[in-house]
Amino acid sequence: MPIGLYDPAFEHDACGITLIARLDGIPTHETVRRGLTAVANLEHRGAAGADARTGDGAGILLQMPDRFVRSFVEGLPPAGQYGVGVCFLPQDEARRAELERLLAETVEAEGQTVLAWRDVPVDDRHVGIDAGQVAPRIRHLVIGASPELAADPDAFERKLYVIRRVAELAAGPDLVLPSFSSRTLVYKGMLTAPQLPGYYPDLRDERVETAMALVHSRYSTNTFPSWELAHPYRMICHNGEINTLRGNVNWMRARESQLASDLFGDDLAKVLPVIRPGGSDTGNFDNVLELLALAGRTLPHAIMMMIPEAYQGRDDLPDYLKGFYAYHQCLMEAWDGPAAIAFMDGRVAGATLDRNGLRPGRWLETKDGWVVLASETGVLDIPPENVLRKGRLQPGKLFVVDLDRGRIVEDEEIKREVATRKPYAEWYEQEVVRSSDLPEREPAERPSESLRNRQLAFGYSQEDMKVILAPLARQAEEAVGSMGNDSPLAVLSDRKPLLYSYFKQLFAQVTNPPVDSIREAVVMSVQASVGSERNLLDETPEHARQLVIDNPILLDSELERLRQVDSEVFQSRTLDITWPVAEGPAGLEPAIERLCREAEAALADGINILILSDRAVGPERVHIPSALAVAAVHHHLVREGTRLQAGLILETGEARSVHSVAVLVGYGAAAVNPYLMLETLAELVDRGDLPEGMTREEAQKRAVKGIAKALLKTMSKMGISTIPSYCGAQIFEAIGLAPELVERHFTGTSSRVGGIGIETIAEETLARHARAYPGDPEGLLVVGLFAWRRGGEHHQWNPETIALLQHAVREGGWETYEQYAQTVNDDSARKRTIRGLLQFRFAGDGGIPLEEVEPAKEIVKRFVTGAMSLGSLSREAHETLAIAMNRIGGRSNTGEGGEDPARYVRDANGDSRRSSIKQVASGRFGVNIEYLTNADELQIKMAQGAKPGEGGQLPGHKVDGYIANVRLTTPGVGLISPPPHHDIYSIEDLKQLIYDLRCANPEARISVKLVAEVGVGTVAAGVAKANADHVLISGHDGGTGASPLSSILFAGIPWEIGLAETQQTLVLNDLRSRIWVQTDGQLKTGRDVVIAALLGADEMGFATAPLIATGCIMMRACHLNTCPVGVATQDPELRARFKGQPEHVVNFFFYVAEEARQIMARLGIARFEDLVGRVDLLEADQAMEHWRSRGIDLSNVLYRPEVTNGAPRRRTEAQTSPLPGALDWELIERSKAAIEDGTPVAGSVEVRNVNRAVGGLLSHELTKKYGRTGLPDGTIRFDLHGSAGQSFGAWLAPGIELTLYGDTNDYTGKGLSGGTIAVRPPEAATFAAEENVIIGNTVLYGAISGHAFFRGLAGERFAVRNSGANAVVEGVGDHGCEYMTGGRVVVLGPTGRNFAAGMSGGIAYVLDPDGSFPARCNPELVELEELEESDVEAIRTLVERHLELTASPVAARVLDEWESCLPQFAKVMPRDYKRALAAMDNGGYAAGDDHPISSGGEGFLTTESEGARAAV
Amino acid sequence: MGELRAFLKYGREDAPERDPRTRVGDYREFVGTLPLVELQHQGARCMECGVPFCQSGCPLGNLIPDWNDLVYRDRFREAIDQLHRTNNFPEFTGRLCPAPCEAACVLEIEEGNAVSIKQVEVSIVNRAWEEGWIEPRPPAVRTGKTVAVIGSGPAGLACAQQLNRAGHDVTVFERDEAGGGLVRFGVPDFKIEKWVVERRLDQLADEGVTFRYGVDVGIDVDAAELRAQHDAVVVATGARVPRDLPVPGRELGGVHFAMEYLYERNRAVAGAPAPERPISAAGKHVIVIGGGDTGADCVGNAHREGAASVTQIELVGEPPPHRPDDLTPWPQWPMKLRTSYALKEGGERDFAISTTELSGQNGHVEQIHWSQNTGVPPFETLPDTEETHPAQLVLLAMGFLGPEQELLDQLGVARDARSNADAPAFATSAEGVFAAGDARRGQSLVVWAINEGRQCALEVDRWLTG
Repeated sequence: MPIGLYDPAFEHDACGITLIARLDGIPTHETVRRGLTAVANLEHRGAAGADARTGDGAGILLQMPDRFVRSFVEGLPPAGQYGVGVCFLPQDEARRAELERLLAETVEAEGQTVLAWRDVPVDDRHVGIDAGQVAPRIRHLVIGASPELAADPDAFERKLYVIRRVAELAAGPDLVLPSFSSRTLVYKGMLTAPQLPGYYPDLRDERVETAMALVHSRYSTNTFPSWELAHPYRMICHNGEINTLRGNVNWMRARESQLASDLFGDDLAKVLPVIRPGGSDTGNFDNVLELLALAGRTLPHAIMMMIPEAYQGRDDLPDYLKGFYAYHQCLMEAWDGPAAIAFMDGRVAGATLDRNGLRPGRWLETKDGWVVLASETGVLDIPPENVLRKGRLQPGKLFVVDLDRGRIVEDEEIKREVATRKPYAEWYEQEVVRSSDLPEREPAERPSESLRNRQLAFGYSQEDMKVILAPLARQAEEAVGSMGNDSPLAVLSDRKPLLYSYFKQLFAQVTNPPVDSIREAVVMSVQASVGSERNLLDETPEHARQLVIDNPILLDSELERLRQVDSEVFQSRTLDITWPVAEGPAGLEPAIERLCREAEAALADGINILILSDRAVGPERVHIPSALAVAAVHHHLVREGTRLQAGLILETGEARSVHSVAVLVGYGAAAVNPYLMLETLAELVDRGDLPEGMTREEAQKRAVKGIAKALLKTMSKMGISTIPSYCGAQIFEAIGLAPELVERHFTGTSSRVGGIGIETIAEETLARHARAYPGDPEGLLVVGLFAWRRGGEHHQWNPETIALLQHAVREGGWETYEQYAQTVNDDSARKRTIRGLLQFRFAGDGGIPLEEVEPAKEIVKRFVTGAMSLGSLSREAHETLAIAMNRIGGRSNTGEGGEDPARYVRDANGDSRRSSIKQVASGRFGVNIEYLTNADELQIKMAQGAKPGEGGQLPGHKVDGYIANVRLTTPGVGLISPPPHHDIYSIEDLKQLIYDLRCANPEARISVKLVAEVGVGTVAAGVAKANADHVLISGHDGGTGASPLSSILFAGIPWEIGLAETQQTLVLNDLRSRIWVQTDGQLKTGRDVVIAALLGADEMGFATAPLIATGCIMMRACHLNTCPVGVATQDPELRARFKGQPEHVVNFFFYVAEEARQIMARLGIARFEDLVGRVDLLEADQAMEHWRSRGIDLSNVLYRPEVTNGAPRRRTEAQTSPLPGALDWELIERSKAAIEDGTPVAGSVEVRNVNRAVGGLLSHELTKKYGRTGLPDGTIRFDLHGSAGQSFGAWLAPGIELTLYGDTNDYTGKGLSGGTIAVRPPEAATFAAEENVIIGNTVLYGAISGHAFFRGLAGERFAVRNSGANAVVEGVGDHGCEYMTGGRVVVLGPTGRNFAAGMSGGIAYVLDPDGSFPARCNPELVELEELEESDVEAIRTLVERHLELTASPVAARVLDEWESCLPQFAKVMPRDYKRALAAMDNGGYAAGDDHPISSGGEGFLTTESEGARAAV
Repeated sequence: MGELRAFLKYGREDAPERDPRTRVGDYREFVGTLPLVELQHQGARCMECGVPFCQSGCPLGNLIPDWNDLVYRDRFREAIDQLHRTNNFPEFTGRLCPAPCEAACVLEIEEGNAVSIKQVEVSIVNRAWEEGWIEPRPPAVRTGKTVAVIGSGPAGLACAQQLNRAGHDVTVFERDEAGGGLVRFGVPDFKIEKWVVERRLDQLADEGVTFRYGVDVGIDVDAAELRAQHDAVVVATGARVPRDLPVPGRELGGVHFAMEYLYERNRAVAGAPAPERPISAAGKHVIVIGGGDTGADCVGNAHREGAASVTQIELVGEPPPHRPDDLTPWPQWPMKLRTSYALKEGGERDFAISTTELSGQNGHVEQIHWSQNTGVPPFETLPDTEETHPAQLVLLAMGFLGPEQELLDQLGVARDARSNADAPAFATSAEGVFAAGDARRGQSLVVWAINEGRQCALEVDRWLTG
């Protein structure tokens, strides 16, 4: 149940997992012991809540320990003929008895026997207080098989499943059955991993034996007590997140009516619904997997169906496998997300990884027959000489241990077995129909309503033409804008926006990563299909009877092919989605009902392509808004259980933007034909609005291409890669729609502040229609959404407010500020922000005298300026903000772009230009140890308000010498910020980065920046548990950066809701006390500040307002480098126009604080800290008629959680430091001489996987003393032995050299800042290092300089975003050298796919003896070249050093056979980089003298990325 | 949108003007238009601001960035549509408006750098007329409601055109012999030739507006009767009561209100027979009191008549040469020194002058006496600064106090503190009587007048159609 804005449905988890098995298949207790040890060593991946002893969950899944069960049940039948149900029962005796009776009766009713009940002993000393309070009563129920099932173990197992489901369904949520099987047994609970064997004495019993086990340690974003949500589940445990869950669950529900299984027979009906409500994503996945497996598929088969690898467009996969995946995609959409899933059914165990390899998994096989797979290497102490081989989970690959075969079954082998079991590929080829193969069809004659009238009826505006459509056709990609969104929410707008606008796109932050749909296009696909789905539990050739569409946006001709499809398999019917104007608003609801009935009837007639069409719009008929039409039909059919019989296609005049298509697909449309948009494009061509020579068809195709591409980006924001997974996934939050409407037609979507209902939607649709008929002589509307227009959409920043603010901080003084504040505040109320709808509950006694209120100079210390990089801002503007904030004791933010070290030194007049807050963003530009050391706060940017879930790009010509210097890259080389941090794919990764940053600067506070969206509160709780000191909740509307228009408008939600949710969730979890909360997003006045504080913020951030104080006039051209006031440009001529002074900014903040003081006085609150969280001092402003009439309800926002133990509502205490005990303290101690005076030191230490970020604290100490230059190479040398933890050698400073004998984990050499790292196998190891994995994923991420040598294989994304480090490695996984901008990488072995994606600088040399490398290299930005003299020299030097430090036989061989090896090197050379180097040779930069490509007066400019070059 | 970075490539180009030395020899318009390519440069310079201050500076809310861009792209046909969306008479504003839009242009942050918006505007409408794109747009449907508009100045005309296009039957009552109000009779031909006005009046007539010239409502027609005969009445009579100069000698001959002089000059230029005792500047020392546009027009006419000398004096002090940021920061209209076109043609000016007396012989003015004052209210005179100047014609151009009151009385319209019709939302206190333009807001710019007419029409239409 939701509480206020918090809803448990938003919980996420991520974790450490371990699979351990004996290949000989002999059950031993040793397996249990090792499993538990391993997971205890992953404890840093788990989390605890406010009560440090209460874990988020831990558990173990075993084979049925027959000897043990036999010990407490007399007369137990042979193994396989009995099952054990693990029952979590309520403590309440009566209820427990009732449930036990229910279970027993169910067992009997299903014809089986209850053999015994057993109380599972537990030891309360090994559980946290919070967890203990809600601990269930745990009992084992032993069930004997009936005589007929005793002979058929599979049938018995199925029967146990049926019993479980029947009992669960009858009992409701308070009966939890963690396992119920004849083959497996689970022990789990709300425990920490080390507590597990203590709490369950069974686990210490030598008779508990197994040959395989899954063990898990959970990290949840919050701490609401749940024993059920601990892993493992019945078949899996999981690390990651299923992003497409909502869609998967809906589709599964829709599938149920078709389920049939010979194996289950009539029992099948008893288990429905398959998915248990209230489960986590893992629970849901487990539910479906279990069904698939029990219904006859093997576990690997079921897993391959649910998590297929990216197979489209792959040349390296066999046809039978591609066919298998294509066939199964007709049965079920992928469960998509960053997932490492370990599974086990008692016979087979294994693990798989999502298609993009976003979770770590490392495995090891020993010579004595053990296999360990875990999130990290080093979880068990295995003597090196016992190691047979080591590997890692790879994207989309299966890792299977088969005890029957007694060995690891390789991916290729197991997949061949599964995929060739039936001729899936042939079935698919034989049955599937591709729309492009259908015959061309002429459209039926249509009444020729005038284009203009129809445009008016669908609310087209001039801006749609100019800002959205023309650029879309011109560039074949979506247009870009700047400076955020200061217009009202759709529900509060006078403009009555289209229904699409009420849906805000969700995006990935922290709990899962967004995908880079451009650079990692290898995992993306827009292919869609329509047709009927068949029984999921069966497989026949007919299952593949689907009609495949290349792209979900259909041209008219493509739609006609589908409409007039003529085959026995496919039949289409077009349903009219209009209603008579004459019926008025009341006509909409019946029209929807009629539509749903017609859809039903069509399905009954065997129709499998349903086309919903509003072509009938004309003088007499008005359309049902297309999003409503599709969602209503979709959900109606889901409820009816017939949804899968047909695909839905929208033929609509309404859709005309990326967002509109995204909403339609997100609510169930397989494809959209935006016919009016296409006609309008033709009009643009006719009118000459598009480049000369572009034909109508070309314009249409380019627009379709642009939308498809942007749709991929929209999906990828949430980490979703394919259309079928996005379709119906409802990745949206509704803001401003009535709950009844949402519940009925957009079922399952969050809508938390109420809003308009169907009546208003109908009225507004009719109002638009009324402008069209008879017609408006003025033509299309002037809306003024993207740029202010008189009489158009309201903008909070308008000529009046901007002019008043600028005048106030310059000449006008306090009086002008008051005018400004009054204008803004009144405006906020009248013109529609959430905070505008609130009012203060002033003290009845008039409050307190103003003098008693904390002075403004104290309040301003709570203010910060936003993260705007040098590069987006001019140097002048950036430094002005920094000086101002330092003067008042607030904080300025570097943004993502490094900082000039000159700014670390105070100016002569005492001013400081140093930004207190140093941002750490996904590009890691300029993030070296010196930067980190010079911070008061380190802010991890998870997302930004203007474009959450997206990356950014600074084209090469904008990277001049200064910017390149500051960002520690090469002038003229383009810089790409990836959408995700490649070291944060989940919450436990974030915890790791926080740890790393603490090591890099123990004095700085660590902040995490999030953007408001539904569920941000639970993420914030996770952040608090990840040991951050500070969390920033950014509103959707702020943001100064360049961003696609749809992102500016439709991603994220207002900070008021996000902040309130965060505050409520943190307080409910008692986590608020240990973390500061900051908010930002279009804050402008003291009133805004006080409201933010009352809703829960300790601090407030401002970006646009202080920029305006310095002279910004909201040109919204930041992305064009043409800022005419010198704020957001690098052009020296324009920078010279900058007129801002620090005092302007200082004045602004003091005025804001003064205004806040006046409000505080009236509230009767003297100290600002006492405002924080006092939501009781706010109320909804009942005088605001307009919003009440639109159904807004703010009670959730104003909810104040009741807390029993007086949990604080603001930060009162520091986080516990994780640093005591770090290995680095010892290293620092032993390096004293070096740190003091540079005396060389050397030493040797043992290291374990729990020792993380080794070298970080040492580097910080060194940098404090010596700055970025550090000490001479090798001054401090340590040999380390063992398996090192994550982030080994992070930000290693110059002068430090670490040589690791062993192996290490993810993020090795992160941000390497000049030091040297070498990793080599232990001396005693016998395996061939070059064939085994020695380091993890994401190595040398954001490395700045220094050297790294790895004798062995690396995982995915080696040297991602490397800026300048030089490295040698003996093989890498997928996406090697991604986004690299500098440095040299030598790969002396194989590479994975997509090498050099987004690589704009640096050089890679790949030893490629068989010439197969080019096929795995992404040629977008790079070329393959012959070696030159200087390359030969560089390779030789690096390989020699590699040999020296790692004794690599591969290096030795290469050097031995130098002449013959040289021609085998492929040189990977980025084009940008080549140009830049050439320019530098000529004594200049490639940058600075040219300018961004001009739109030539052709509309908004889009970045000159791929699209500009791409031909259709 | 324009062209990226064009504002760095091209500078502002002012409208071309004929040589002041020669133009004083005739009454033809002296302001030309830029050649197409330069206009396009100006269009290109427009930066498609996220917040186009120009549009807020413009009382009409002209869609300036939109048509600047269209001109840049040589798409005048669409540009005139965009222009007409907000402005009924761009050829008036394009000639006569002081262009607060340009003062508010973002490029004007660098003073003197604004896009030449007014030039672009007038070029669009001129081109549209030339091409024949401007045609009558009679309403498709008539509502049968009738409206009387009193006054055919820009406010009345705009109101009439909008109401007529909404389908109402509109009759415009004008006491003068022709339509256009001050645009026709106040503003000299060399700023706007009268065929320009005539052409627009024809359009209105062709659209169905009825004009009744020479009918002075309240005198020739009873106001109450007029009200009774129409569903609504709009008062757009302007603010025609001039501010007087209460000094000794005011009663002397040769001392006239500016508008008397200008009306006569305009009629003369139009070829009307001269009145019995014409006001003439020929050969005289002319003093124009008042530094505004009306004063400038007096100066310009005086030059053309061949005055012996022309001196324009202003009560307030000399403003600073550049925008005073403390008083009128960008984007406000800057209170700074401007030199009128007329003074470029000759004549003197002086600031901070308090006229103390007019003196003369035979009942005709011969001298003017003044002192310097402090330049700021209350304009105390400075000792020992008295001067005397020859003056045979003194023109009083010191602004207007408000509308003539008689008609308002007859209609029963309440007044505000400044004697304007009290009509905050255009409806006056009298049922069905509306007011627009200077009669409602006091003396102002032609651009405001058009805006008033349009807004008022919206209210009248709402009132008529419910």
